[in-house]
Amino acid sequence: MTEYNFNGQNCRGDKIKAKNLNFYYGSFQALRDINLDIPGCAITAIIGPSGCGKSSFLRLLNRMNDLIYGSRIEGTIELDGKNIFDRDVDVVELRKNVGMVFQKPNPFPISIFDNIAFGPKQHGKKSKIELEEIVESSLKKAALWDEVKDKLGQSALALSGGQQQRLCIARVLSVEPEVILMDEPCSALDPMATLKIEDLMRTLAKNYTIIIVTHNMQQAARVSDTTAFFMMEPDRAGSLVEYGSTSEIFTNPKDKRTEDYITGRFG
Amino acid sequence: MEIRTDFNRRLREIQDDILIMGSMVEAAIITSIKALKERDIDIAKQLISDDALINRKRFEIEEKCIKLIATQQPLAGDLRTIISVLNILTELERIGDYAAGISKIVLMIGNEEHLKPLIDIPRMADKTTLMLRKSLDAFIKQDADKARAVIAEDDDVDNLYDQVFRELLTFMIEDPRTITRATRLIWAAHNLERSADRVTNICERIIYIVTGKMEELGASNY
Repeated sequence: MTEYNFNGQNCRGDKIKAKNLNFYYGSFQALRDINLDIPGCAITAIIGPSGCGKSSFLRLLNRMNDLIYGSRIEGTIELDGKNIFDRDVDVVELRKNVGMVFQKPNPFPISIFDNIAFGPKQHGKKSKIELEEIVESSLKKAALWDEVKDKLGQSALALSGGQQQRLCIARVLSVEPEVILMDEPCSALDPMATLKIEDLMRTLAKNYTIIIVTHNMQQAARVSDTTAFFMMEPDRAGSLVEYGSTSEIFTNPKDKRTEDYITGRFG
Repeated sequence: MEIRTDFNRRLREIQDDILIMGSMVEAAIITSIKALKERDIDIAKQLISDDALINRKRFEIEEKCIKLIATQQPLAGDLRTIISVLNILTELERIGDYAAGISKIVLMIGNEEHLKPLIDIPRMADKTTLMLRKSLDAFIKQDADKARAVIAEDDDVDNLYDQVFRELLTFMIEDPRTITRATRLIWAAHNLERSADRVTNICERIIYIVTGKMEELGASNY
């Protein structure tokens, strides 16, 4: 097993392994032959031009594609050595372990408390004390507790955009996932809110595996430990061009296409 | 269609500026040796005051680099180029200082006759300025092999310095009254030797721009 030392943690080796992964929407191939080992306790950024399949890849990691009619997969994605597409995998359990934060903050139109308690309740946590503990610890982990502790009963929709996104992160944390997927989590936020989310990601990376899709190259450079560059091939199928440590990718990429993309010469 | 036209234009402008500064420094070395050979105090004084122009050019280019970093967030090869330019600027500015240093030695020498006609010191200067020109050519062409070849030429300058040192030492041993004059010429030769070392540093930066690898290749004997 590959050993990593990110964020001062003894990492568990490759947390997620995509092997010979092909993905289709009907007859259209969206991803071709992806082989990618994602380390635990680290932040992996996926970058690439629009349409290169980076979001499709991210959504495969907790089987969001199951919801898309006509989609088809070849190859495997292993989470801790277990193929997530195996028949015996419980998708609800998978999505609890692999949470997702979306581009636009999407709190439920209910109170802050209930937003966080919703997931744990679905997973069988009923006791009020237990739920209160989960809400508090999740909001603390998401660096939102101090700002909302006195108004937990208020509607989550009254929070600012940046607070709403941290609430969504707290909601993901409330069900104790191991992996957090983030699809352009800061694209709807102002620079200060963005930096707060990035700080939060760095803190969370000590205990969680984070995979972020971003169009913001500087964000990928600032926040991630490893970076994967995807690109669209002539037939529009997305493929992995280069994968490596973020510092290497942004200072000395091996592939000219990566260089051209990150220096803004195409894309 | 070229993307990032403005950024590319500004980066090219910085590269052109390096060439301009490089030729200013080269001219300074050539002129300082002319002043030394001819013991021309006026030229030496002019050169000492012109060193400020080289320094000003350095700050002007440095400011352009800082603005480009702050506003364009260069990455990968672009980032390596700009960071290396900042280093190359320092090296060029120092070579300019060495030329000014030789001019100060000319002022110290004044009207005193040289111990012998200067042959090897001008050869050192020719070698060093040729290395400098080749290094700037390698910079513009982004050619790591050319840069490595320039680094290898530093040995020639070192050998000439050895020769100058040995010869002047002989003068001093034979007649201690020559010590002051001989020492001044050794200082001038040493300035040239250091200039060539600075050129090898420039070449190491060029190799970094091209390969992304930091290599120390120009280990001098001095």
